[in-house]
Amino acid sequence: MKFLSFLILVFSSPIFAIPTIQHWQTDNGAEVYFVPAPDLPMVNIEVVFDAGSARDGNKPGLAKLTNSLFTEGAGGQSADKIAEHFDNLGAEIGNSVNSDMAILSLRSLTETELLQPALEMLALLLLKPDFEETSFKRVQQQMLVSLQYQQQSPSAITKQAFYRAIYGTHPYATLAGGNPESVAALTRDDIKAFHARYYVAKNAMVTIVGALTRKSAETVAQRLVAQLPSGKTAPALPPVASLCKTKRIHIDHPSTQNHVLIGQPGIARGDPDHFTLYVGNYILGGSGLVSQLAEEVREKRGLAYSIYSYFAPRRVAGPFISGLETRNDQTAEALQVVQDTFQKFLNTKLSEETLKKAKQGITGMFPLRIKSNKNIIGYLSVIGFYRLPIDYLQKFNDNVEAVTVEMIQEAFQRRLHLDKLVIVTVGG
Amino acid sequence: MLYKYLRVSLFSLLCSSSLIAAEVHEFFLDNGLQLIVKEDHRAPVVVSQVWYKVGASYEMEGKTGLSHMLEHMMFKGTEKYSPGEFSRIMAANGARENAFTGSDYTAYFQTLEKSRLYLSFEMEADRMRNLVLIEEEFSKERQVVTEERRRRTDDKPINQMYEYFMATAYQTSPYQHPIIGWMSDIQNYTLADLQTWYQRWYAPNNATVVVVGDVEAQAVLALAKKYFGPLKSSKIIPPYPRPEVEQFGIKRITVELPAKVPYLIMGYKTPVLKTLSEDNHQEAYALEVLAYILDGGDSARLSKNLIRGQEIASSVSTGYDPFSPLTELFSFSGIPTNSHTVHDLENALREQIQQLQTTLVDQTELERVKTQLRASQIYELDSVFYQGMKIGILETVGLDWQLFENYLDNIKAITAEQVQSVARKYLINKNLTVAILNPITGAKK
Repeated sequence: MKFLSFLILVFSSPIFAIPTIQHWQTDNGAEVYFVPAPDLPMVNIEVVFDAGSARDGNKPGLAKLTNSLFTEGAGGQSADKIAEHFDNLGAEIGNSVNSDMAILSLRSLTETELLQPALEMLALLLLKPDFEETSFKRVQQQMLVSLQYQQQSPSAITKQAFYRAIYGTHPYATLAGGNPESVAALTRDDIKAFHARYYVAKNAMVTIVGALTRKSAETVAQRLVAQLPSGKTAPALPPVASLCKTKRIHIDHPSTQNHVLIGQPGIARGDPDHFTLYVGNYILGGSGLVSQLAEEVREKRGLAYSIYSYFAPRRVAGPFISGLETRNDQTAEALQVVQDTFQKFLNTKLSEETLKKAKQGITGMFPLRIKSNKNIIGYLSVIGFYRLPIDYLQKFNDNVEAVTVEMIQEAFQRRLHLDKLVIVTVGG
Repeated sequence: MLYKYLRVSLFSLLCSSSLIAAEVHEFFLDNGLQLIVKEDHRAPVVVSQVWYKVGASYEMEGKTGLSHMLEHMMFKGTEKYSPGEFSRIMAANGARENAFTGSDYTAYFQTLEKSRLYLSFEMEADRMRNLVLIEEEFSKERQVVTEERRRRTDDKPINQMYEYFMATAYQTSPYQHPIIGWMSDIQNYTLADLQTWYQRWYAPNNATVVVVGDVEAQAVLALAKKYFGPLKSSKIIPPYPRPEVEQFGIKRITVELPAKVPYLIMGYKTPVLKTLSEDNHQEAYALEVLAYILDGGDSARLSKNLIRGQEIASSVSTGYDPFSPLTELFSFSGIPTNSHTVHDLENALREQIQQLQTTLVDQTELERVKTQLRASQIYELDSVFYQGMKIGILETVGLDWQLFENYLDNIKAITAEQVQSVARKYLINKNLTVAILNPITGAKK
């Protein structure tokens, strides 16, 4: 018997297809995105709220602290009980916050006696978090220690200064971890108010990838969010102002290297230039050792181990960032090489051959983007959260193929302003 | 031509709702190259990894980091391909590629769309025997590696402290040296050193090729024959054994560095599967279970008692690797909360250890560990890369990849008494090294 089922598995290997995303809404208004993945008896689930650090208001750290407290007590169940519950089922519960999203995630086996109780507990966490004093204080302290710890990391200091400089008064200016003053000032009432405002059905999305039927996926989504108050969607974020001029910031740090970040506000999700800039940046600094930046900085001159650039699209203009680390006395040289490379990229039309290779690389890599349930749920959450076209994956390679050398040069000249760059260096 | 089908085995994970089985095929070519293929047909991709039996633990004093430096140089051209061309060709074919060096292995990998596996084989076979080491490329790459060291270690207080901790804990074992090498060694070895190291270790009979993905084992074998088959084997002389001498009492160090938070590392010397006799293998599994009792999830003892409960630790974790080839450290590390010191944290950890020595662990804790490990074996199947990694590591350190087949059974067989027994036998002062990071302000003194 065992041998037979084994044979069946081998000979019925699925024919490759780009996953078709199924999409529906729960009765109370939460969006659901689902891709069946029948091969492994497991499921990945994410409940995503528009409750990232951009919603912190004047209380940096609020979104993250709120999101960290769900597993710390709910419906009268203690943190110990909740942790035991998931661990005893072999289920993995996770939480995370970035600028736009607040996520609670669950990975579980699909056996009913394991999945069912895991879902029940996750639903309880979402619906009735306790936010009680002891847990609140403890997690607040942990965030403060983590902020202290970041102050010994030149890379973290650089990142904080960089975002502050490119975003000014915009909510994207502070990172999810907040700052020591604001985190210390947070109260349980802040948490409760934030939760009541943002952790509601109309501000929620559920993504599911795993060995479930459509019908069970519907039940799962329903179970997780059906009892949430309907609430209101979060308001639009303010637009990001462009920089007026170049800003040069240096922070002294007792390190042997300078950490360098160069950039400016870039693009939002769904921007019409997205694929053009993506393909262009792949050539400029997005293709590892092969990119123009890596060629100039690392391969030709040995100035850095890591050198890159990327656009990180967000709800509103996310950053364009280029970074490297180099021995203190080489900082000026490395900076010059990066800026020269930018300049050359804007001034010189790419050869057709260069573009062809880049396209081959990007489209050839497409199967790698969707090779695991974990990869697929990552795309699902982005596609759902930013309301990208539901056939985003199907059209991905076509969108890449449509880019021309003229489009790249035109878009980079229009979008990358070399006279308005923020340059942050941290080191000795 | 070559041996065929030495072993065919089922990777079967017991699971009530379905049976997941994947066939693992193992082959040896005439020239000694080992090929292991695991079929996973979920997506049209394949990961190809070449594992060499050489790493930091093979190196001698004054030449530390040589294996890692050579790993970098493997991208710098062969008789057929110019420097950097390897990466350019891989990129243009949509491959995700890289390499990594560990204490006991050096590995190169590409993940690609399945029809392009030949490309990986062709280019890996080429650089296995035909590397061209050029002085000019080496001098630039040496600079890149010094930058890598500054970034990974010199400017990260905890990582730098960890180097000193390892150098203190181990007296004769090669694990006392950092994988990336000491800075002065990186700055001093020569092109001739690299040439010697390459010739000594890079040969088909010192390599394992692991392929996982949407492929058919016989087709992969044919491809391997075509590309790796013609390579000449070498006479490989294994490194002299350098076992760790017995320790007689606690070693303690304080590292004072510019930092903002204190840090504690404690490490007890413990045996591993490879250093234990077959009859005593259960000790390594008992130590593995012990690690999970302490740190396997948020309900485990350290989270429950030290992060919550007593609120002494802001973060804390344990480490133990039963699959290491040489004597390991069962380690504890963490950051105290602001209202406690590293000494409080050390005492609290010692109390936890003492409790394991005096009181049998609860049956429910053992059950929990077994459930978690069963689940994580299934979760791991979501990653082709990780599946390959597990096989590659075991083979390269001289254990059998089939160990994983019985792993869960071996874990399940562990009793509360065995956990107590290894805690009493190994987590004792005689085997202990403690390092404390004491933050100072300003520059390094």
